[in-house]
Amino acid sequence: MVTDDMTIVFGGDAGQGIRSTGLGFIKANARSGLFPFGRQDYKSRIRGGHNFFEIRVAREEIYSHTEGIDLLVAITEETVTEHLEEIVAGGGIIYDEGLDVDPEELKDNGVEPYPVPLNRIAMEEGGAKIMANTAAIGAIVGLTGFDLSYIEGIIEENFAVKGDEVVQNNLDVARAGVEYVDSHGYSANYHLEPVPESEERMVINGNQAFALGAVAGGCNFVSAYPMTPSTSILEWITKHSQELSIVTKQPESELAAVNMAIGASHVGARALVTTSGGGFSLMVEALGLAGMTETPLVIAEVSRPGPSTGLPTRTGQGDLMSVVHASQGDFPRIVLTPGTISEAFQAGARSFNLAEKYQTPVITLSDQHLADSIRAVDPGIIDMEGVEIDRGELLTEEELDSLEGTYLRHEFTETGVSPRALPGHENAVYKTTGNEHTEKGDITEDPEIRMKMMDKRAKKAETALENDIESPIAEGPEDAEISLLCWGSTYGAAKEAIERLPEKGVRANLCHLRDAWPFPAEEVTGFLDGAEKTVLVEGNGSGEMKKLISQETGRVVDHEVLKYDGRPFTPDYIVEKVEEVI
Amino acid sequence: MSEDVTIADYQYPTQPTWCPGCGDFAILQGLQMAFADLGLKPHESLVVSGIGCGSKLPHYTNVNGFHSIHGRPVAVATGAKLANPDLNVVVTAGDGDSYGIGANHFLHACRRNIGITHIVEDNRVYGLTKGQYSPTSYKGFVTKTSPEGAIEPPLEPLPTALTSGATFLGRAFSGDVKHMKEVIARAMEHEGYSLVDVLQPCVTFNPGRSYDFYNERIYKLGDDYDPTDKQVARKKAEEWGERIPLGVIYERNMPTYEEQVPALEDGPIVKRSLDMEERSGVSYGEIKKDFT
Repeated sequence: MVTDDMTIVFGGDAGQGIRSTGLGFIKANARSGLFPFGRQDYKSRIRGGHNFFEIRVAREEIYSHTEGIDLLVAITEETVTEHLEEIVAGGGIIYDEGLDVDPEELKDNGVEPYPVPLNRIAMEEGGAKIMANTAAIGAIVGLTGFDLSYIEGIIEENFAVKGDEVVQNNLDVARAGVEYVDSHGYSANYHLEPVPESEERMVINGNQAFALGAVAGGCNFVSAYPMTPSTSILEWITKHSQELSIVTKQPESELAAVNMAIGASHVGARALVTTSGGGFSLMVEALGLAGMTETPLVIAEVSRPGPSTGLPTRTGQGDLMSVVHASQGDFPRIVLTPGTISEAFQAGARSFNLAEKYQTPVITLSDQHLADSIRAVDPGIIDMEGVEIDRGELLTEEELDSLEGTYLRHEFTETGVSPRALPGHENAVYKTTGNEHTEKGDITEDPEIRMKMMDKRAKKAETALENDIESPIAEGPEDAEISLLCWGSTYGAAKEAIERLPEKGVRANLCHLRDAWPFPAEEVTGFLDGAEKTVLVEGNGSGEMKKLISQETGRVVDHEVLKYDGRPFTPDYIVEKVEEVI
Repeated sequence: MSEDVTIADYQYPTQPTWCPGCGDFAILQGLQMAFADLGLKPHESLVVSGIGCGSKLPHYTNVNGFHSIHGRPVAVATGAKLANPDLNVVVTAGDGDSYGIGANHFLHACRRNIGITHIVEDNRVYGLTKGQYSPTSYKGFVTKTSPEGAIEPPLEPLPTALTSGATFLGRAFSGDVKHMKEVIARAMEHEGYSLVDVLQPCVTFNPGRSYDFYNERIYKLGDDYDPTDKQVARKKAEEWGERIPLGVIYERNMPTYEEQVPALEDGPIVKRSLDMEERSGVSYGEIKKDFT
């Protein structure tokens, strides 16, 4: 059977151009109308050490990678030994003929050997060994029947800065790769055929989608300390900071980053802080300051597995409890847990409105898998034009001009939200403080005011829950035997798992929480009460969302499928574990 | 000097909780006088403080105030200045805030030359927590947490700031408000980061650094002193013992951080549109093209 849903893995040492080759191939796939999903697996080092880039390509939109490799491209022998067992029946390996690989042994393992003189082609046609990657792409095109013109287009774009000669050399190498495969009669049982008249796609990862949401959402200030896997948000915005007039600052520490953002926000900026779990831990005291002073604050916490340095370049969902509860005392916050490119974009765009409407911290909890996985999407879901800016109860210049009497920064109101003036207007000279304070912002220890102020701030969470917290996404048949619950990046694999479970004779549905706090208890309770058997699927060791659900709904999810090996869920893994539960 | 602003504009009804005789009263007064002298209206400044006795200062004067957390006022002030360079941003914080828990921000503010005025209420003891040694306490200082005497020598604020790249170093004494006011005013006029280390007795917890102690040692730098000579300034910054100099010890004009930020070339971001296309002239379509 010829399949049009296949997984290709490029493997080699760090520094061998694995990532850029993979990215180029993804762009070519997307332009041809196919839907690629790319994922890089790398270690915390700059050069050396095995790493790989995995690309799943399908004719229809996909939300996850999957297990099993159809085609392995091995630049090193280690790639072959590392991945041999993952190759599916009928799959094969493209490798340089100079590698110490025994084709007969591969055949005995049910794997097709595709030796290609990648290095020789690179040297003879291109004059440089680094073009072996390009030769490999040519070989893939030859094997899969993909249209070379898309690859040629990418080569022309990517190497344009290096001059016509380099472009031409790479084109020659790619063509020679195709020809070699064709002339040796290599064939495979998968096919990458362009989709005719397909719409233009965007190729984007979760961090980039969040960044686009943020700039469309009015972000004009970023202070962040580099921390994997959050850094690419800071880098992308910084790269465009001059043309977009966004102040970006990489300061001396995470403590500086969050406090600078609070200072900037206090005077009216839409300020963003990006970090991961370790950096977030350092910011917790300031989080309370933002809560107490009612300063809007937007944080993107792109998590990785802890504790401490943990697995710095890998993925995990172990920071949910941390971002929901990290605090001195109680104050309202909003936590968004996007699971798709669309949701990551929306989180970036919504955060600044939510932060200003509720004058409190808004945290987007993402993870390495969502952050770094590259997907092709319909540009319509990155609807930057459609983002509306809502500054909530911010007093306008005209309102300030006509302000009479003493301005009360922390005025008691029905919604808990007080009209906010930015410092700088004659009619609203005011102070605020991390100490408990009066409506005016003066320090107080009066027990009655204290109670009222706590209630006022807490009220904002209720108002937010009523007006702005998105309901969980429910998918699949209502009369399912198994109901999965998930949040964040696990959604993609869970979504595909419920589509595959019927093949195993299991009717399944799911509930995906894209907004986690204030907790949408009513909807989740409804889902749980209507479900036969429930399974929480999440990427941490203790079932954090499972506990949160119990805390907020009084219901106990029946089973849990946890994964905390630093690698993302696959649909295959979820299906297998769900079968065990039944 | 402006005719319309007086110290009365800075009066605020809240009574300070400071001990009688505390140097913070004089610092508050000196700051108010400096504001008035420069003709600054209360809404034109933002005073950011940390935690400690002196950090309550913004609560006792009519000015925009942000009373933050321990160690972080310089970072909060830096963010505020970057977002709205039109504001006169002042930090009032103690020696623990500035040179202890927040020392990292202090060092980087110096080399960054961010346009804030950092007034350190340097009483050389932790007062609000009722008497523990601080980063500027003298070696041998007996406190509740150093019953045998502090082991470490004190951090030297002015030489540290100079080495870290500060472009304005001032020292004042809370026993001489008029002189302090002049130093603070010059600090606020300085473009870039300015440090004013104020020698301030804590009459309750640091009797060894009393008004008498300082009065016997301080002297004011004369009109013939040239604060632009870094070598001379270094010597003056290090002078501490029998004689302690007061005044503007070092001043050099260097580009400020904020004036070198490309995104601020067309004015404070808080005064510009939040709509990306409107603000930058770059269309969403152009941005999205990066990803096709």
